[in-house]
Amino acid sequence: MLKVRVIPCLDVKDGRVVKGVQFMELRDAGDPVESAIAYDAAGADELCFLDITASHENRGTLLDVVTRTAEACFMPLTVGGGVRTVDDIRALLLAGADKVSINTAAVNDRQFVRRAAEKFGVQCIVVAIDAKRVSADGETERWEIFTHGGRRPTGIDAVAFAEEVCDLGAGEILLTSMDRDGTRVGYDVALTRAVADAVPVPVIASGGVGSLDDLVAGVTEGHASAVLAASIFHFGQYTIREAKERMGTAGIPVRMI
Amino acid sequence: MTVAIIDYGSGNLHSAQKAFERAVREAGLEGPVVVTSDPHAVLAADRVVLPGVGAFADCRAGLDAVPGMVESLDEAVRRRGRPFLGICVGMQLMAERGLEYVTSRGLGWIAGDVTMIEPSDPGLKIPHMGWNTLAPCRDHALLSGIPTGADGWHAYFVHSYHLVTSDAASLVATTDYGGAVTAVVGRDNMVGTQFHPEKSQRLGLALITNFLRWRP
Repeated sequence: MLKVRVIPCLDVKDGRVVKGVQFMELRDAGDPVESAIAYDAAGADELCFLDITASHENRGTLLDVVTRTAEACFMPLTVGGGVRTVDDIRALLLAGADKVSINTAAVNDRQFVRRAAEKFGVQCIVVAIDAKRVSADGETERWEIFTHGGRRPTGIDAVAFAEEVCDLGAGEILLTSMDRDGTRVGYDVALTRAVADAVPVPVIASGGVGSLDDLVAGVTEGHASAVLAASIFHFGQYTIREAKERMGTAGIPVRMI
Repeated sequence: MTVAIIDYGSGNLHSAQKAFERAVREAGLEGPVVVTSDPHAVLAADRVVLPGVGAFADCRAGLDAVPGMVESLDEAVRRRGRPFLGICVGMQLMAERGLEYVTSRGLGWIAGDVTMIEPSDPGLKIPHMGWNTLAPCRDHALLSGIPTGADGWHAYFVHSYHLVTSDAASLVATTDYGGAVTAVVGRDNMVGTQFHPEKSQRLGLALITNFLRWRP
């Protein structure tokens, strides 16, 4: 039986983990490769690097991080942030990424998703969607895509956009609630479910995890195929094993190692 | 022992190379793991690995675009009996035909076609993406010592198509995704995995080590 994936996400800036990662045996809490090795040993099902480096010129640093991670960890790695061209994707895949996440570039030019999928296969094209709730209380729930870290509205309906990019070749959707991101009050499960039920590909729930029950809700109520979290793992609040044990207790199939 | 990983413009060869290098060390063996598009290097290797990601037809075209590679593969694997491992689309290419987007010829080593997976439960997502367990159909050296079945170790899959063989003896293991999906095929000195051993942590390293020690 296919297992629901637990995916720690690391924000990387200029080759360093931004929020820092507090693991016990970690020599250098800011080195993404060290973090990746620790998560690999801890039983993470995949790893996600999100590059938030402002300048495109520092791209070589990210590629170096990806290369060193792929040399040390034999697990799937998704890399996103600033992916704008087919050459960006190729460089990341050659460095050792298994999947590449496209965000703003897909919003600006949906055909980019098609070109990327045709070139590299749907299995490695993840479209990252940052969505905010725009419906008022009592209205039918509606979410819109926002870019630039949630600052810029686009007027694009999140569910319709997800369906469209899947038709164009997205193999997976990484869905982040901008309302919930960093709040620790749980995923926006209504958003997650709306997208997961609408698209044929796996959806990764993201944004807002504060407890292990939030991970459970993302799957049981949100219908996500995978759950992504950052701070609850980085700061040692919970281990990957604890997360999977809670999910397993709730009847969700997980991979224990 | 020389391991040749064939570079034909498809796939993440870097991590495959690193995984094989580690398995070579852990198996107590010596010898280079080369990523190569040179047909002579393939002929000279003790183990031949064909990776592959993307669409079947693209991969076939990529393989055909390397002068002499298909001939070298046939010579090394079919005539000289070198142990061969196909990974993901590299495994699918062992089939007679691929039916993804267009119909294209495979290498014709395993009887059957590559067709879209059709889970019995329409709610199951495609691609089949993530960690799944293996159900062996018969004994094979590649799976030696690897716990299988529902409580066994996990392999990492990411695919929408699989190789449906018409030769039951060539089916080594399946995985369950709304029905049996082909996970491992093999006959004689050739074997292929739909999942990615180079991404499958301990199962992957154990399987690669078995492949390096295999004497078919």
